[in-house]
Amino acid sequence: MPNEIIVRVNGAPVSVPAGATVAVAMMMASQPCRTSVTGEPRSTLCGMGICFECRAIVNGIPHSRSCQLPCEPEMDVRTDE
Amino acid sequence: MGKESYDVVIVGAGIVGAACADAFAGRGMRVAVVDRDVIGSGATAAGMGHIVVMDDSEAQFALTNYSQRLWQELHTELPDDVEYEQRGTIWVAADEEEMVEVRRKRDYYQQRGVAVEVLDATQLKEAEPNLRDGLCGGLLVPGDAVLYPPCAARFLMNRAQKRGARLRLGASVPEILEGRVRLSDGQEIVGDIVVNATGANAAELTPGIEIKKRKGHLVITDRYPGFLRHQLVELGYLKSAHSVARDSVAFNVQPRRTGQILIGSSRQYGAEHKEVDQIMLAKMLRRAQEYMPALGCMSALRVWTGFRAATPDKLPLIGPCPERKSLFLATGHEGLGITTSLGTARILADQVTGARREIPVEPYLPSRTIADHVHA
Repeated sequence: MPNEIIVRVNGAPVSVPAGATVAVAMMMASQPCRTSVTGEPRSTLCGMGICFECRAIVNGIPHSRSCQLPCEPEMDVRTDE
Repeated sequence: MGKESYDVVIVGAGIVGAACADAFAGRGMRVAVVDRDVIGSGATAAGMGHIVVMDDSEAQFALTNYSQRLWQELHTELPDDVEYEQRGTIWVAADEEEMVEVRRKRDYYQQRGVAVEVLDATQLKEAEPNLRDGLCGGLLVPGDAVLYPPCAARFLMNRAQKRGARLRLGASVPEILEGRVRLSDGQEIVGDIVVNATGANAAELTPGIEIKKRKGHLVITDRYPGFLRHQLVELGYLKSAHSVARDSVAFNVQPRRTGQILIGSSRQYGAEHKEVDQIMLAKMLRRAQEYMPALGCMSALRVWTGFRAATPDKLPLIGPCPERKSLFLATGHEGLGITTSLGTARILADQVTGARREIPVEPYLPSRTIADHVHA
């Protein structure tokens, strides 16, 4: 297992340590996980899958809880609009 | 403190009670509304909010069609939070037998002036790409709409209040007496007439009327904008919803303005508890996935239940209660109370004020149920 994994966050490659969650990758890329109903950028809050603030589109699946998903090579991560 | 006195006292601040309050107040009558909870706390908050023309019987068609027209007249006045959207309904046909039903339904609606369009399999797939392959087609009824019922009820009640109606929330009514209602604190509110608009609970206040609770489940998903465009109902719904004896589920999904999707529906008799029935819920979601497989990948936010006010002949009770001088009924709307609230209010107010009726009221008079029962 490599020590660094490359994922794409809103199209841009981001290198994260192996074992990092998708939420971490989004933070490292300074990208919000999702946009609220009123248009506010939102990001991970509780970090343990409870608050649902970290929902993002992961490999095309909307509303994925990014704080609960370990990064995998070539993962496509997008802000959930 | 003296007794409060009104022309009309309405028990129940659901969408039917709210619409009645608005209609009576609009005719200059002094109106009071009493509810043990808040506006729209019963079936109004539990249901989908589908404004739909139905053709189960001539009387059901007349009331739903009349009511849909009233919603269309009203919709420009509705506040934004009512989320009124003319999405149209597609009645989905799974097989050739159901396509025969599509064509019968088309003829029925067209003969009565309702715009409809038959969709073949390709057109259905274009209209709703997330339906599974292999369905036969459907019937599009473009005039049907969706809305958010609690806010619609609040709008109607607020308008009634602007017209002078008094609203008393958090006050339960243990008893309707002749010409007055008694509250649980012992206070009485006097009315020339009293309207029982308590939905599925109506028979508790007026024993002897034929209202049964018919339980339903609904699921709401997270936001998936663009996934669903129309209200979709399987034509098999006709078989399940109209069977009065058995528990049943049907594919019935509704797009919300937020991009959320309401997934229904289930029907159960004799289930008095509000708890979610996991077996019914599983059946309902399996049915939905048979039509829209991608629903299975969605995340659901909440599941809840509610109780429809069902009558034996599937028509509401609107009008004077037999053998009671001052009591009127406005209940028994089953799954159509959001649609038919406006029509109900108009024809009840027409009956009380002696105004000209726009549709025949006889099919909805409470006396007809009792007569049928005697002859049965």
